[in-house]
Amino acid sequence: MAKKLRRHVIAMTATAGSGHPGGSLSAADIITALYFKVLRHDPENPQWPERDRFILSKGHAAPILYAALAEAGYFPVAELATLRKLDSRLQGHTDKKFTPGVEMSAGSLGMGLSFAIGVALAARLDSKTYRTYVLLSDGECEEGQTWEAALSAAHFKLDNLTAIVDYNGMQLSGWVRDIMNLEPFTRKWQAFGWHSLDIDGHDFKQILSACQGAEKIKGKPTVIVARTIKGRGVSFMENNVVFHGKAPTWEEAERALKELE
Amino acid sequence: MAEASTRETYGKTLVELGRQNKDIVVLDADLSPSTMTSIFAREFPDRFFNCGLTEQNMVGVAAGLAASGKTVFVSTFVVFVVCRCFDQLRLCISQPELNVKIVATHGGITVGEDGSSHHAIEDLALTCALPSFTVVVPADAIETAEAVKAAASNYGPFYIRLSRPKTPIVYPEGYHFTLGKAVTVRQGKDATVIAIGIMVAKALEAADVLAREGIDCRVINMPTLKPLDEAAIVKAASETGAIVVAEEHLAQGGLGSRVAQVVTRRKPVPMEFVNLGDRYAVSGKAEELLQRYGLTAGDIAESVKSVVKRK
Ligand SMILES: Cc1ncc(C[n+]2csc(CCOP(=O)(O)OP(=O)(O)O)c2C)c(N)n1
Repeated sequence: MAKKLRRHVIAMTATAGSGHPGGSLSAADIITALYFKVLRHDPENPQWPERDRFILSKGHAAPILYAALAEAGYFPVAELATLRKLDSRLQGHTDKKFTPGVEMSAGSLGMGLSFAIGVALAARLDSKTYRTYVLLSDGECEEGQTWEAALSAAHFKLDNLTAIVDYNGMQLSGWVRDIMNLEPFTRKWQAFGWHSLDIDGHDFKQILSACQGAEKIKGKPTVIVARTIKGRGVSFMENNVVFHGKAPTWEEAERALKELE
Repeated sequence: MAEASTRETYGKTLVELGRQNKDIVVLDADLSPSTMTSIFAREFPDRFFNCGLTEQNMVGVAAGLAASGKTVFVSTFVVFVVCRCFDQLRLCISQPELNVKIVATHGGITVGEDGSSHHAIEDLALTCALPSFTVVVPADAIETAEAVKAAASNYGPFYIRLSRPKTPIVYPEGYHFTLGKAVTVRQGKDATVIAIGIMVAKALEAADVLAREGIDCRVINMPTLKPLDEAAIVKAASETGAIVVAEEHLAQGGLGSRVAQVVTRRKPVPMEFVNLGDRYAVSGKAEELLQRYGLTAGDIAESVKSVVKRK
């Protein structure tokens, strides 16, 4: 399934002529695990009150989320070809108003964790058992708001919240370590009062067991630091910052799809 | 019309300024390949700081540098500095009147496919609301170079809005920009279109169409929104008796509101407004969006016709 979603990402961005393949591909295995194994959800009923919530904070990775939502049955797979086109339900960055299954609008980095805290607090207020998952990029862990949220989630003892960081090491203009070093990263979350796990974000088993493990932690939120590779699955996109925000040409898309057969 | 990138012009102008003035420092937030501050970064790596995704921090850092004698240029996309950092702009730059130049790219809805999170349509209302700020929206690449130089040589907070796509060249080479002065780019006596940014080229197009229908339309470019050239507005109102304001911005708080304040107080005449209204746009190609949201030469021409009828 992850491979299928990756193929969609390539085809969608090539068709649109713009978009963000790199950070979509790095998150493909995490998104697949969530939508096809972890989340309790009902594509027939996107507003089901008991559903687990998934919030994509790194809104530019919309293509991988749309691919998962389509394959899960929220809308027709054929609609993926309308990405970024006028009147499409699939906006360039996630937009809560238009897309079934999208919990929150995003596109300005660093806002998703705060929103997730609100959703998790509401679960507690309403005595609901749903879990809230949020996917962050490493780049947006530079934003002050992310750390304000990190403080808050631990302060409110939100053990119904799991944050996953797509730690691909790259942002728009280069390597995170050269632009704004985050290390020691996991220790920062621990110091902020979170339960933390370091995993290989392309290993399905590790993703699943980390998510399951998080459910057992009481009294604090969990962060899963998922080590990933930007552009994962397409040789010439891997660790290549050019494909952060550039769609493949048709020729490149064909090569990429071959590699993803 | 020939086209050129205002962003690229910005990057090149920064280098020129950097050579002349050792106190020029440039900050960016992980978008230098897009804002084109990357050109400055290559030439002057010691005076360039990539602040990463810490925009609010970046604005505070700029204030500190400026208070220590530097002329600081701050760049990223409009939404990430004007919208996200409004409180920092207000307290750290506007109130202490520090020498910081916010030059942000990807203004308006011509950002296109990235969608509403990236469309910058409220920035002029926000920045014009800041006392001590000078606000400039250049019409083309030539005016961009001039405006950036003016920002460097005039002390105080500036906001300059640039676009993502290349924009048509409306000025001849050698054009000289005067801060705070409007420019009549086409004479006319039946009505005046006052425009900024990409809407200047569209207003000129509209004037051509109107001329064939017997309406002689003046076009004024108002690159400096703040301080506003009131004299030019009063003159246009007196001589042409009708005004249309065109901008790639929401209806409230931008050029339209500012011009209307002058017209109502000093020379009331019928007015019409070409803008986005009170709504967010969606993803699409820049030209498609301008069509969809009523920001074409045709829309300007229609507004001129209706305002002339009300004279
Ligand atoms: C607040 C904010 N600043 C800047 C941007 C522009 N932008 C989009 S993605 C990106 C960097 C991407 O790096 P990262 O966040 O690590 O994402 P990933 O590598 O997972 O794609 C930038 C600078 C933005 N969307 N939001």
